[in-house]
Amino acid sequence: MSGRYDALMPHLIAAPVVLPLVAAAALLLIRELHYHAKALIGVAATVGGLCVAIMLMAWIHDHGGPAAIGVYLPSNWRAPFGIVLVADRVAVLMLVLTGVVSVAAALFSIARWHRAGVHYHTLFQLQLAGVNGAFLTGDLFNLFVFFEVMLAASYGLLLHGSGALRVRAGLKYIAFNLLASSLLLVGIAILYGVTGTLNYADIAQKVSQIPAADRGLLHAGAAILGIAVLAKAAMWPLNFWLASAYSAAAAPVAAVFVLLTKVGVYTALRLWTLLLSADAGASALFGGDTLIAGGLATLAFGALGILASQQLRRVAGYSLIISSGTSLAVIGVGDATLIGAALFYLVGSTVASCALYLLAELTERSREIDAAPPIREDESDRLPYRLEDRESADDDADDYALAGQAIPAATAFLGLSFIGCALMIAGLPPLSGFIAKFAMLGALLDTGAVAAATRPMAAASMRITLFAMLLVSGLLSTIALSRAGLRHFWSPHDRAPPRLRIIECLPITLLLLTCAALAIRAEPVLRYTRDAAQGLVDPARYIDAVMSARPTPGAASGGPVTVGVAQR
Amino acid sequence: MEILLAATIGVLTSCGVWLVLRPRTFQVLIGLALLAYAVNLFIFSMGSLSVGQEPIIRPGVPADLLHYTDPLPQALVLTAIVISFATTALFLVVLLASRGLTDSDHVDGEEERP
Repeated sequence: MSGRYDALMPHLIAAPVVLPLVAAAALLLIRELHYHAKALIGVAATVGGLCVAIMLMAWIHDHGGPAAIGVYLPSNWRAPFGIVLVADRVAVLMLVLTGVVSVAAALFSIARWHRAGVHYHTLFQLQLAGVNGAFLTGDLFNLFVFFEVMLAASYGLLLHGSGALRVRAGLKYIAFNLLASSLLLVGIAILYGVTGTLNYADIAQKVSQIPAADRGLLHAGAAILGIAVLAKAAMWPLNFWLASAYSAAAAPVAAVFVLLTKVGVYTALRLWTLLLSADAGASALFGGDTLIAGGLATLAFGALGILASQQLRRVAGYSLIISSGTSLAVIGVGDATLIGAALFYLVGSTVASCALYLLAELTERSREIDAAPPIREDESDRLPYRLEDRESADDDADDYALAGQAIPAATAFLGLSFIGCALMIAGLPPLSGFIAKFAMLGALLDTGAVAAATRPMAAASMRITLFAMLLVSGLLSTIALSRAGLRHFWSPHDRAPPRLRIIECLPITLLLLTCAALAIRAEPVLRYTRDAAQGLVDPARYIDAVMSARPTPGAASGGPVTVGVAQR
Repeated sequence: MEILLAATIGVLTSCGVWLVLRPRTFQVLIGLALLAYAVNLFIFSMGSLSVGQEPIIRPGVPADLLHYTDPLPQALVLTAIVISFATTALFLVVLLASRGLTDSDHVDGEEERP
C-alpha cells in the first residue's frame, strides 16, 4: 500500500527529535542581541515540528491497518540490540498535540517573554526534543534519557525571568524531579535485571515467561517505575509541587509545561498496556486498581483545589490535575473504547489548559502585576480584596451608567476566550470537552463491556464511582471557573482595559479554534483515538512491528552511532 | 562481596533519604548526591557481579555471561553518572541563587516561625 510521504519514511520518524536538537544548536551560536533572528529560528523550528507531526499522522492515516506502525532503527541494529523509535497512532497523536501547544507557546513568547532572560529559545527547543523523544522512544533507557533532556530544559525554563518566587519554586521542583529520576533508574535497573532487556516490545514478550521466583521482583520494579512516571503525570499524592511550580513560571513556559504531565500520562499508558497487558500471564493488568484509585484521588484533589483557588494560574494548574486524574482513572479501567475517549479528552483538555495559562497572564497584566512585587506564595491564595469593599463599590456604581457603554475589544476578547476555556475544562457543550466527557460517560455505561470485563471489581463499583466523580468534578470546575470569570471579567468595570498585542491574541485564538475544530470534526478524531486505543489494548501488532524491523542492508551497522546515543 | 555492596547501597540510600528530608538546602543537595551514588551502584549490581572478567568478547571463549560481565549496565551507569552529576550541579546553582535572593539557606527561603 502506498501513501503520502512514503519516500521520507522511516527517516521522518527521527525528525521530531532531530529538528529541535539542530535548531537548539543553531540558536546557541547566535548572540542574545539578535533576538529577532533567534525568535525566527525558534518559531520556524516549532512550526516545522508541527508540520512533521502532521505528516506522520497523514502517513499513518494513508496506511491504516496494522502496517501503520513506523519503526526507525537509529543505529541500524535489529530491535532488541539497538535502540528504536516507534511511531504508532498514540505517539503520533501526542506529537501533533505537542506541535500545536508549542507553536502557541512560541508565538506567545515572542511578544515579550523571550527577552526576559538568556537562551530562552534554546531551552524551549531542547524541551521539545525531550518531550518528542519520550513519546517516540521504544526502550526504557532512552525513556530515561529523554525524560532527563526534557527535565533539564524545564529547570532552565522554569527559572526564566528569575526572581525570588521562581527560584524558590524551582528549587523544590528540581529536588522533587531528581528524586523521581532516581526512582525511575531503580525501576529500569530492576526490570533489566529480571528480563535482561530494555526494549519495550522485548520485555512485553518476556514478561509472561518470568519464573515465579522472580515475579515479585518484576512487580516491585514495575511499581517503582510506575511511581516515578506517575509523579510526572501528577497523580495524587505526588502532585503537591505542580500548582505552585507552574504558577511561578512565565506564561508561555507554563503553557509548555502542560505537556510534561501528558508525557507522564502517556508513558504510564504505554508501559502499563504494553508490559502488563492481558497477555502477560501472572502479571496481567498488575496495578490496574491502583491506577483507578490513584486517578480518582487525583480527580478529587484537583476538583477541591480548583474550588479553593483564587488566582487564574492556580485554577489552570488544578484543571491540569483534574485532567491527569480523569485520564489515569479511565485508563486504569482498561477498555479500548474508554481509552479512546480518554485520549480524545486528553487532547482537548491539554489545549484548553494551555490556553488558560496564556490567558491568565494577559488578564493578570491588567491587574498591574507587572509593577507590583511578586506575590508571596503563602499569601497568593488570599482574597484579593475584602468582600465588604466590593459590595460598597457595587452600591456606588448604581449612579454610574453601565448600559450603553461599549466593551473594549481587548476585554471582550479575554472574556470570550475565558468562556471557551471554561467550557472545555468543565466539559460543557458546545466545545469538544463536552463530547469527550460524553464519550467517556457513555463508554462507562456500556453494559456489554461490563459483562466482558476480565476484572469484575473494576467492572462494577469502580465504574459507578468514576461515573459519579466525573460528573461531580465537572460541576465543581464549573463553579470555580464561573466564580473566577465573575471576579476577573465582570466586577472590575472601572479598570482600564488591558493592552494586548496581536501576537499575544493569535496563539489563544489558535488554541481555541483547535478546540472548536475538535468539536466539529469529532467523529474522525474519535475514530482515530479509538483505533489508537485498540492498538494499545492489543499490543501484539506493536511487538511484531518492532521485532520484525530489519536494519538497512549495506549501511554500516552498529558501532559509533549506538555508543553516541547511549552516552548522551 | 554481595553483602558488602548491598550494605553500601543501603547505607548510602538511608543517609541520602535522611538528608533530603532536612530543611537546609545544602543538606538536600548532599542527600540527592548520595542517592545518586546509591542508584548508580544499584544499576551496576543488576548486571550480576563478577570479579576479573571483562565485557568485551575474545576469540576462543564462549560468549555467555559465565565468561564475561554484562556490558550493558556499565554503559547505562556511565550515562546515569553524567546526567545525575549535571543535574546535581544545576541544583547547586539554583541553591546559590536562592541563598542570594532570600538570604536564607532554608528550603522555603525563610526560617520557620516558632
